[in-house]
Amino acid sequence: MSLTVARVEPKIEPSIAGVGDYIELMKPRVMSLVVFTALVGLVVAPGHVHPVIGATALICIAVGAGAAGALNMWFDADIDARMARTAARPIPAGRLLPGEALAFGLTLAGFSIVVLGLLVDVFAAALLALTIGFYVLVYTMWLKRSTPQNIVIGGAAGALPPLIGWTAVTGSIAVEPVLLFLIIFFWTPPHFWALSLYRADDYARAGVPMLPVVAGARETRRQILLYTLVLAPLGLGPWILGYAGPTYGIVAAVTGAIMTMLAFRVRAETNSHVASKQMFAFSILYLFLLFAMLLVDRLSAGFFGALVGHLPA
Amino acid sequence: MIMNDAMDQQPPEGIKLTKEQERARRARSIAIAVSLGVLVVLFYIVTLVKGPGVLINRPM
Repeated sequence: MSLTVARVEPKIEPSIAGVGDYIELMKPRVMSLVVFTALVGLVVAPGHVHPVIGATALICIAVGAGAAGALNMWFDADIDARMARTAARPIPAGRLLPGEALAFGLTLAGFSIVVLGLLVDVFAAALLALTIGFYVLVYTMWLKRSTPQNIVIGGAAGALPPLIGWTAVTGSIAVEPVLLFLIIFFWTPPHFWALSLYRADDYARAGVPMLPVVAGARETRRQILLYTLVLAPLGLGPWILGYAGPTYGIVAAVTGAIMTMLAFRVRAETNSHVASKQMFAFSILYLFLLFAMLLVDRLSAGFFGALVGHLPA
Repeated sequence: MIMNDAMDQQPPEGIKLTKEQERARRARSIAIAVSLGVLVVLFYIVTLVKGPGVLINRPM
């Protein structure tokens, strides 16, 4: 028996995409920061969570973040192809078809949300769905191409993971995780605008209305400073409100001062991008240090608390 | 050998994967299998931790 297919199909070669290309779709570096901030939200939350349940929550959040990254790369392949920084991504480089990225992203999004809801907490799953939806539908599909406020509003998606981590433990929201949300929320604009200052040509070529492209470098430098002046005091918040000890307070004060100093130098710069590059690099370290100190603070408190508890009275 | 001869006599039909495409497909298939295996183990372990029934019998 022979089956003859007479239909003429468009010529699409069978995929040569490897596992590495799919991993690249998940934006592993963004994912690592997401997992880290979610872990901090999970650890600082009051109450006890079984390590297996905590790990499950983190895996789901990581996969959900990867799904958002893949869907972003699916939709933004045209932009990515025109920017030097992103031209080597799997889709613009031709190693992976857009449809593959779409299917991959949707599958991971569905699995991560459902598994988080079934195994950990329904409210946390709803927040993960909100995060993925906001990043893909609101940021990627709508704001990124239409307004210079794109990363300000879109940054909310990147700021939600600590809230998801917290909710995975408590099933509810409190002031402390909202503070963590605000720290990341106000950190995102100076972080990305510092980058966009020296990548403005790239963004202009790709037609992305980043602030330096639309409003000019001068206005961008002013906005970076304004956001940093809100961010640095916010960074002190966990210590002021008594959620973290003096070690955190000192680290937050010193690194916040460095951020502010760099923002002033970015503001003063006119033609060079030395301070902008420093600001971009240091902003990553700043956020990492703040959250790492929260983690250390809570873990050491737990450790010494347990130690004291076991001492003979 | 006999199998190969028999197959050689049939006219080539459909898509023939190149070596590279076959390698890539095999790698993807293994990755999917591993992911599904991890998911099964995850559900198994969480069921042990939470106790049976919690996945379906939960307060809403």
